[in-house]
Amino acid sequence: MKKETWKELTIGTINLDAGNSVKNLTGTWRSGKKPQFIEENCIQCFFCWLYCPHSAIRVEGEEVKGINYDYCTGCGICSVECPPKEKAITMIKEEMKLAGGSTE
Amino acid sequence: MSTLKTLNGNQSIAEAVRQIDPDVMAAYPITPSTAIVETIAKFKADGLIAGEFVCPESEHSAMSVCIGASSAGGRVMTATASQGLALMWEMLYIAAGLRLPIVAAIANRSLSAPINIHGDHSDTIGARDSGWIQIYSENCQEAYDNFIQAFRIGEDLKVRTPVLVGLDGFIISHSMEVIQVEDDDEVKKFIGEYKNVFPVLDTSRKMTVGPIDFTDYYFEHKRNQIEGIENAPPVIEAVGKEFGLKFGREYGFFEEYRMDDAELCIVVMSSAAGTCKDAVDELRSEGKRIGLLKPRIFRPFAHQKIAEALKKMKAIAVLDRSSSPGAFGAPLFTEVRSALYDYAERPKIVNYVYGLGGRDIKVEHFKEVGLKLEKIAETGKVEEIYGYINLRE
Ligand code: SF4
Ligand code: SF4
Repeated sequence: MKKETWKELTIGTINLDAGNSVKNLTGTWRSGKKPQFIEENCIQCFFCWLYCPHSAIRVEGEEVKGINYDYCTGCGICSVECPPKEKAITMIKEEMKLAGGSTE
Repeated sequence: MSTLKTLNGNQSIAEAVRQIDPDVMAAYPITPSTAIVETIAKFKADGLIAGEFVCPESEHSAMSVCIGASSAGGRVMTATASQGLALMWEMLYIAAGLRLPIVAAIANRSLSAPINIHGDHSDTIGARDSGWIQIYSENCQEAYDNFIQAFRIGEDLKVRTPVLVGLDGFIISHSMEVIQVEDDDEVKKFIGEYKNVFPVLDTSRKMTVGPIDFTDYYFEHKRNQIEGIENAPPVIEAVGKEFGLKFGREYGFFEEYRMDDAELCIVVMSSAAGTCKDAVDELRSEGKRIGLLKPRIFRPFAHQKIAEALKKMKAIAVLDRSSSPGAFGAPLFTEVRSALYDYAERPKIVNYVYGLGGRDIKVEHFKEVGLKLEKIAETGKVEEIYGYINLRE
């Protein structure tokens, strides 16, 4: 993507392409660990969705369905906040294959 | 028709605020600028101004309110001094970075420690690199005139940069003076309608204000910001001329006093320049060829124009009402000295720090400086390049 020169920028740091952070794939920052979603443990409390700093919880219809790895930085907050005893989100090594409900 | 009114510096600023009636005024009172805020509050209570008057819980919040209101698309002002301006620090940079033409009146006061409520330029000179345009006033009339012009300068579409107007704490802020107050309508006409640039409240347009920049954009945005203040000189000049045509008092980047055939020159800003004029008169009557150059605009610094005005001098003394500990000379001095560097034949130049914490500077002190300059010009030798005036050694 061609980047603007200082003369081409809108003054005052104003960005007229609002919402363009969608182009910033924060998932590339992830290193070490990634969350794994285990659908059968999920009670659909939406805590993960509420706490995720990168809006990386995938919701389909009215249900949490997994993780959007394009934006997930692997911070692990969702896993900590996930309330069931048998957690519906666990952190696993990046290179491990995902089980069941998690999709890449 | 203008009218003569007896006002102190703070009241002069408040009078201009009443006439301009900005959309939003947000300020937290602090000595010696309190009376500006107080008088605006009174005007508001008396129904003399329509704009919103906000009393936040601190100066940091006051500047934050100004930034919000200005981003929303309003004409905005504030007033503060000293620790108040220091508390605004991080928001000053944000106002400049967002290119918001906020106008602030600063009743110049020293910075703690030790705590002191009197006048020096430590506060605004400390904000030197925040990106604000800085205008300094010698007296109440200039404070009033500068404050009005500040809106025109900052709001110019090529400039779009915040402006602060300095008036010396107590010496100007609290001293009564008879000033010409112009007609409300004429002031309003001079200022003109406020023009929005990307107001956030315009919901027809999607935009983000102040998003994060990484290594790939921060530098470009900063350069883009610098362009605003670099576009200011012709605007400052045109506005100063137009003000002169309309109201009879013309303004430029600096004032020259008895500089025509001068060989010696004292460079000093703000109220001390008034005292210096008396000293120049006395020295002139003793046959010394001395003059005064009083910078009015410190940012953007008119380096070429000032160098042109000073290049033929034999000796110059730059007087600073702030210090820059550990630097090679105080801030005004380093600017002036640097401006003269490109001339093959340069005047001798020395620096004196004066008046910190409101310490008096009198005619006799300026005369001593004049005599030192005479000696430097005669001998061609500078014994001390950097010194202090009226300090117990
Ligand atoms: S680890 Fe969980 S909370 Fe953190 S970014 Fe990924 S999905 Fe969001
Ligand atoms: S926090 Fe855990 S249980 Fe709650 S919705 Fe998210 S994955 Fe499901």
